[in-house]
Amino acid sequence: MFDIQTQLFEGRDIRFGPIDYEKDPEIESKWTHDSAFIRMYEINPARPLSAAIVKKQYEKLEKQVEEDKNLYHFMIRAKEDDRLIGKAVIQWVEWTNGNAWVHLGIGSADDQRKGYGSQALSMLVRFAFAELNLFRLSARVPEYNEPAIALFNKFGFVEEVRRRQALDRDGRRWDLIVFGLLNSEWQNQAKPVLSAVEG
Amino acid sequence: MRDLFRGKLVRLTFEEPEARAKAEVRWQRDTEFHRLADSDPAQMVSEKKLKEWFEKQSEIGFKPERYPFSVRTLADDRHIAFFALWLDLIHSEAWVGIGIGEREFWGKGYGTDMMKLGLQYAFTELNVQRVSLGLHEYNPRALRSYEKAGFRMEGRTRQDLMREGKHYDSLWMGILREEWIQMQGGDLNE
Repeated sequence: MFDIQTQLFEGRDIRFGPIDYEKDPEIESKWTHDSAFIRMYEINPARPLSAAIVKKQYEKLEKQVEEDKNLYHFMIRAKEDDRLIGKAVIQWVEWTNGNAWVHLGIGSADDQRKGYGSQALSMLVRFAFAELNLFRLSARVPEYNEPAIALFNKFGFVEEVRRRQALDRDGRRWDLIVFGLLNSEWQNQAKPVLSAVEG
Repeated sequence: MRDLFRGKLVRLTFEEPEARAKAEVRWQRDTEFHRLADSDPAQMVSEKKLKEWFEKQSEIGFKPERYPFSVRTLADDRHIAFFALWLDLIHSEAWVGIGIGEREFWGKGYGTDMMKLGLQYAFTELNVQRVSLGLHEYNPRALRSYEKAGFRMEGRTRQDLMREGKHYDSLWMGILREEWIQMQGGDLNE
């Protein structure tokens, strides 16, 4: 029997949930006003968005999920009070090649450096390999995002590509790193990483 | 001034949607061509649908993000290939897509010639800081051509392709503005 009792969307301190159209737009709008966060989360230009625009983006996103069938989108919520703390995404799934890209972020500075990102990545990777049955995962990280690099290294992602000087920020150019993790590699090291998260 | 659209073997052109659709109907029958050029499953699209796509593309053809070209031979003016650049203005980078649909022109320097034109266009007209491309590890002919044009290997995403039940890597290449200028003898005004 496979591990049916370990919930896919429940971590130690966090859970994955759907979009809450009442509460989430306000919070995500706040994140878009925090340029330090957006520049870590996105390589597109940071720009502040109103709650109404964020709500429209959610609608567009859910339409895309329904139509394109290559996108899985989760809101990361704290278990203690169900507040929104981040987003976790599997995107650009190529079903015939068994490849997809992971993307995640913890929005508010108060919630960062508490291990929530680690728990979210652990759940996201398990979802991709054990539920979507993907063969491998990729992740794209700017060289200045040291916390993300540390996180992907911790989960056994291998630095596969270094796109030299592919980004322009603060008047200088930075490399964009592509990480990769194979399902077989995850199978071999899933337990130690999981127990590190649980511990 | 340099001729932006004329190389040694080929020239960059703009073909009408109807001509592009007719060529694509012919080219898409060649699954070896498709599998060398793309990672999606091969499929058949009608001339009507292709024409609609290309018409839509032509409308937005001169928006800054996308620069699609067709390629003709200088010798006998045959339409043999497509060449496209996608421009990321924010980070000053262009991505290349290239495919020679007429297979008797494979392995004869036509691809390298069009890539050289493409790089010249990207660095001297779009003024980007770098140009990027991806290819499949089972396409060594393309790899040699890209290296000749000046691209350097930047890594490989392991086993992210599956063809005929086997996994293959994607190769990622890039060329920086300084590297390209150096290849031109270090002076753009010569």
